[in-house]
Amino acid sequence: MLMLTDQNFEKEVLNSKEPVLVDYWAPWCGPCKIMGPIVDELAQEYSGKAIKFGKMNVDENSIIPSKYGIMSIPTFIFFKDGKPLEQFMGVQKKEDLKRKIEGWLK
Amino acid sequence: MEKVIIIGSGPAGYTAAIYTARANLAPVLFEGAEPGGQLTTTSEVENFPGFAKGVRGPEMMAIFKEQAERFGTRVVAKAVTAVDFSGRSDQATAAGATRGLVTRSRIFEVFCEGELYESRAVIIATGASAKRLGLPNEKKLYGKGVSACATCDGFFFKDKVVAVVGGGDTAMEEANFLTKFAKRVYVVHRRAEFRASPIMLERARNNPKIEFIMNTVVEDILGVDEGRVTGVRLKNVGQGLVPGRGGAPASPADGRPFGSVAPADSAGRQGPALPSFQDDKRVLLCDGVFAAIGHEPNTKLFAGQLELDQKGYIVTRQGSTMTSIEGVFAAGDCADYKYRQAVVAAGAGCMAAIDAERWLEE
Repeated sequence: MLMLTDQNFEKEVLNSKEPVLVDYWAPWCGPCKIMGPIVDELAQEYSGKAIKFGKMNVDENSIIPSKYGIMSIPTFIFFKDGKPLEQFMGVQKKEDLKRKIEGWLK
Repeated sequence: MEKVIIIGSGPAGYTAAIYTARANLAPVLFEGAEPGGQLTTTSEVENFPGFAKGVRGPEMMAIFKEQAERFGTRVVAKAVTAVDFSGRSDQATAAGATRGLVTRSRIFEVFCEGELYESRAVIIATGASAKRLGLPNEKKLYGKGVSACATCDGFFFKDKVVAVVGGGDTAMEEANFLTKFAKRVYVVHRRAEFRASPIMLERARNNPKIEFIMNTVVEDILGVDEGRVTGVRLKNVGQGLVPGRGGAPASPADGRPFGSVAPADSAGRQGPALPSFQDDKRVLLCDGVFAAIGHEPNTKLFAGQLELDQKGYIVTRQGSTMTSIEGVFAAGDCADYKYRQAVVAAGAGCMAAIDAERWLEE
């Protein structure tokens, strides 16, 4: 799991060879607390596969979240080759997230 | 085969789980798409007895869950996708059925993303969800300034202007909460009176950052081209638009252009001098829109199988939580259009557990 910050975002996400699913969250957001463990589980299940998982605390980092126009959390953005390919928000079922990931990895 | 399946993970579902687990019914509880339910999107819960200092909604639901699991509830982090309450009889009781003993031998089927669970009894506690405004551009701007969760998203509106639509407790709570971040919060309400409780309304009225726009509905949300909310188009539906503090209605014929500086209220406070309204056009410029216009029950799964009332709430028998099908019980906001309180839902969850336990014993 990548702990992303405004400082390391470019290196870890934009310049990453593997695609990255970024979970934008904050400690005071109830739905984010639900999604946190799900993203942790997915990161474990996909370890060694061609995808990385990262979390960015929007409370501590503001430059990147505002750059991507995030005004609602939890928000997830799937980055590939430095570009945001898909963005979605709110609580997601693990199965649905998995289905999306499988789609991206194809 | 389960003895009891509980669908939903709010106060009703978890209380039903605590009681059925303690009655050795080994309940299986499906958390659903929104684990913890509506309370996970509220900030502070101040009216649940036992939490004298108040408690954060998500924290309270974590405690409920812990208590249910302590007695052996199996919590499944999945959402039920379909149910079949038609009550196929199993083979062991098919013989009984021929003797007219049909009802008690029913097996209820609950499908979870293709997986089948069978149960002797089902407790439905699927709750309700906040209604959307249902406007043309609402969906396009969801997450771009349109939000369904003030506690989650208020943070993104630091020093911005937001509109809260609605006139009940939820609207007042969200408006008050949003003033922690926003520089100005407009409460847009379609009537001249409020449904909100006096304590919540008083708090909002005393909040200098909150401004009320009465007798007004939001016709559309603007900003699709910009990719973020830039404003809302308002329509007056009452005896004149009433900007002000929700007190005495200002006369629409006082000569002020729409949305100009509101007159000082009875307390001598000057209204905002923000150029938030564009004259004549009836547009309120704002960066965020929060809908708090009520709820609808999460009962689509059961349509055609259980008796629902006109608004979609599950009908239960007088003095009981039993639905139109014996062995299927309903508790909480999915069956309660009237009170919609966590403590009432918890109470109903307890009733459903006891009803289910007795029904299974018979």
